[in-house]
Amino acid sequence: MAGRGVKQQTMSESTLETETETETETGTESESSSVDPKGGGGLRWLEKLSDVPMGKLPPHLEFQRTHVECKADAPLHTDTIQYSGAYASLGVDNSVRMDSFCDNFRVEVMRLTEDDMEFDMIGIDPALANAFRRILISEVPTMAIERVLIANNTSVVQDEVLAHRLGLIPINVDPRLFEFAGNNTPNEKNTIVFKLHVRRKPNEPSSVKSNELIWSPKGSEFLLASEDSKSADTSSKPRTYTSFTCRQDSLPEFSNNAIKVMENILIAKLGPGQEIELEAHAVKGIGKTHAKWSPVATAWYRMLPEVVLLQEVEDEAAEELKAKCPVGVFDIEDIGKGRKRATVARPRGCTLCRECIRGGQQWEDRVSLRRRKNHFIFNIESTGALPPEVLFTEAVKILEDKCERVIADLS
Amino acid sequence: MEHGSFSDHTKSTFSLTDEDHTLANAVRFSLNQDPRVTFSGYSIPHPSDNKVNIRIQTTGDLAADVLKDACQDLMLMCQHVRSTFDKAVVDFKMSER
Repeated sequence: MAGRGVKQQTMSESTLETETETETETGTESESSSVDPKGGGGLRWLEKLSDVPMGKLPPHLEFQRTHVECKADAPLHTDTIQYSGAYASLGVDNSVRMDSFCDNFRVEVMRLTEDDMEFDMIGIDPALANAFRRILISEVPTMAIERVLIANNTSVVQDEVLAHRLGLIPINVDPRLFEFAGNNTPNEKNTIVFKLHVRRKPNEPSSVKSNELIWSPKGSEFLLASEDSKSADTSSKPRTYTSFTCRQDSLPEFSNNAIKVMENILIAKLGPGQEIELEAHAVKGIGKTHAKWSPVATAWYRMLPEVVLLQEVEDEAAEELKAKCPVGVFDIEDIGKGRKRATVARPRGCTLCRECIRGGQQWEDRVSLRRRKNHFIFNIESTGALPPEVLFTEAVKILEDKCERVIADLS
Repeated sequence: MEHGSFSDHTKSTFSLTDEDHTLANAVRFSLNQDPRVTFSGYSIPHPSDNKVNIRIQTTGDLAADVLKDACQDLMLMCQHVRSTFDKAVVDFKMSER
């Protein structure tokens, strides 16, 4: 077994070194042609090989495990090797133990503002990084306008289009303070009511912006249709479209903290004399149901790029290389006697456009573009309901809850 | 819900409702890291059904136990990710000041 492992290793090694152009040959032919010349007689070439240290992968396999190599035509080794016994024949354990994960996992925050952050997650599998990304986009809840009661709309914007536009306006309120409504009656714990009543006189500006949506803390003011027909014989309060037991601004979390929507979003334009009067009810939901509930504008990651110069690139070639790169990854340094040499100054900026390795084999021999498989540059852009760092922790909690639910189902 | 044979509990398919690639792919990763697992994979039988089937075959342990351990591992990883992340954010905010 061990012998076979070693042989396979050399074959792939020499294939890497010498046989980049002989891909058209069949597999067996290229293998034998790369092995035979080395040995000459029999398997004597085997003896010349240095021992593979047990418990450690040979460098080329380690490279394949940890890097994606980007060639001019296609990337190589794009898959992640997850199976614990993938390298069992080499005596290498590929499983991730909790303690080794804890030792190796790192987070470095690069940028953090009110609604946007960038951080590096190092030492994690794409399966987990992608789970976090997916949860951020489609499973972290927010509040969004779901029902719109239109009393009057004489604008050119149709009711349904208007309702859709209102739904997409981000609401700056912590969704954790609310419950999912489900089929419950709308109350102060699961619904936010906004009023919009605008009527334009001639010569007034005609735009209706989101600023004119006014939070109505005592709930809906429109009477239920059934109540309208009844005469005022009952002494009890007439029923509206919500049943609030108290005013929302009497609750401690909102008393000094009025609920607002994101400002300066155009809702509609009105002509002289036109009017919109409506009530918008916002409820809690998740992005899976409708994108208006997604708490992020985008959440995305990319693997850390590595740019390596395989040869010294000097003088005209260095100038050419610097000019090739549209994002300015390369720089030129003076090495004396009027000679210049290219250096890799900003590899993180590499977008993998592969412009630098286009233009023939000589460029592919000079520059190697790689991506680290376990180093993610993660970006979160919040829509404003929650700050991005809170969004991420919420997303991780949601994945924990999912696991907990499976465990509970099994026991 | 577990689908398997009555005699052999080391090979089973688990059907999870209201889950998708988010959990299934993460659990598969976690299962693959477990040396007791000989095979693990998942499929979504139909894109309109919100359910996912996770297949597990083990070297001898009960498939349900292995899946439970995989979820447990995943949870521990998440907790570690969360604490590390929170610490990194606090450190960053301190350095900004």
